[in-house]
Amino acid sequence: MSEATRSSSAVPDPAAAPRLSLGEWVRDRLGLQDLARLASKKEVPIHRHTIFYYLGGMALFLFCVQVATGILLLLYYRPSATEAFESVQYIMAEVPFGWLIRSIHSWGANLFVGAVVLHLVSVFFLKAYRAPREMTWISGVFLLFLSLGFGFSGYLLPWNELSYFATKVGTDVPAQIPGIGPLLSRILRGGSDVTGATLSRFYGIHVAILPAVSTLALGLHLLLVQKKGMSVPPSVERKGATRSMRFVPDFLLRDMIGWLIAVGLLAALAAFFPWELGRKADPFAPAPAGIRPEWYFLSMFQALKYLPAEIAGVPGETLGVLGFSLLAAVIVAVPLLDRGASRGKPSRLWDVLAVLVLIGAAVLTVLALMPPGKAAS
Amino acid sequence: MQKDIAEPAPDSRRRWLSYLLGGSLGATLVSFLYPVLRFVVPPRTSEPSLSEIDLELKPSDIPPNSGRIVPFAGKPVLLFRTAAGELKAFGGTCTHLACTVQYRPARSDIWCACHDGVYDANGTTISGPPPRPLTRIEVNVRGDKIVLRRA
Repeated sequence: MSEATRSSSAVPDPAAAPRLSLGEWVRDRLGLQDLARLASKKEVPIHRHTIFYYLGGMALFLFCVQVATGILLLLYYRPSATEAFESVQYIMAEVPFGWLIRSIHSWGANLFVGAVVLHLVSVFFLKAYRAPREMTWISGVFLLFLSLGFGFSGYLLPWNELSYFATKVGTDVPAQIPGIGPLLSRILRGGSDVTGATLSRFYGIHVAILPAVSTLALGLHLLLVQKKGMSVPPSVERKGATRSMRFVPDFLLRDMIGWLIAVGLLAALAAFFPWELGRKADPFAPAPAGIRPEWYFLSMFQALKYLPAEIAGVPGETLGVLGFSLLAAVIVAVPLLDRGASRGKPSRLWDVLAVLVLIGAAVLTVLALMPPGKAAS
Repeated sequence: MQKDIAEPAPDSRRRWLSYLLGGSLGATLVSFLYPVLRFVVPPRTSEPSLSEIDLELKPSDIPPNSGRIVPFAGKPVLLFRTAAGELKAFGGTCTHLACTVQYRPARSDIWCACHDGVYDANGTTISGPPPRPLTRIEVNVRGDKIVLRRA
């Protein structure tokens, strides 16, 4: 008692400080007023391309949906070759609303990658990667790669036939890189073959490593967006003064309408097209006919089909993998390569290249979706 | 000159101390990272060095012009009988990107569904991306059992 009295006497007299309501106290102690001031300063330019500003927020929202549904799935999912398939079956058939949560997670993954890709394409054509926003672009491309990593690692987790062979191929692809390839493939697989060890690894990658790295990369990306402000496309910039709207609440409320539509779309997709589970993976069964990866890997998948066994003495798939890596490196380095854009010059060459790459990817994707000419008998 | 040697500039002493600090921090980091990196690379399990197995299959279990995948030392092996009645076996792993192949009775060939690679009944690539023929496995019939042996 005397201890308490003594310590309280050391503190400034509470009666002297103004009395705060609970709300005011929380706001004061957390420094929320600083955040509110910051938010009130954020403005979004209004012009004919403003609609593309919503894609980043859409990707962020879908990412949050993935985190929430992913955490829920963790409550029932069991990451082992003997139990994974059965646990997903249990989620789909027995757990109340399990089908909804899992289908939203699977559909959400596809919409998320789609939103990220559209975000990247629109940022590219609006030249938002120009100085001083190079790092925003680079961190964004890195986030796209992380998204693809999420998609690839998550695909294996139900341990079904399709995902088993997709992972076999996907982890054999890096093995084609000369030098470190085979080691890389071993590290990914947790051994020389795709087994339960691979499943454990992919689970760890999917629920711990990628989320941790993504949180850091996303934090940096968002911080940069706040620090550098929204980019105004050169075509608009040349016309001079632009109008703008406040981020809070004007833009945020519009963002939220988009998110509401996304939730509706996800619920409808999950309800009308629940995600299939397929057959349990069997390492001693042949690859099933009509096997193919998720849509965002289809163009690469189709390209690997067309590459001949050898081109000028180099194995075809090695060339393919090196080609994909080169393309990825160029995408990362676009802001550094396209120096003209930063000086306000139109980058016609880069636009043409990007259109060609997009058309190429689209054609390969459509070809991959066409029914195979030679079906298994 | 003499003075310089006896009393090094405080700047260079500071730099030396910085190197020392940075170097030991770096060395500490490396000593943490080394076990982590070694941990990430899976240990080489002693691969089953089986060179021969007796299958729990009778020769009559494989009718002419049909095939099936059987495990051999942890890897899939494609065992099939040609329309002419000959038993053949090849490593079941496609030489392109490691999918598992299958025997197609309608065409009497070996097909990989992943990237549409086709081999003939001798394991030689006919079309598609596979860079090498399939690995040969010797098949023998001993009594009422099929015996596989690495060729």
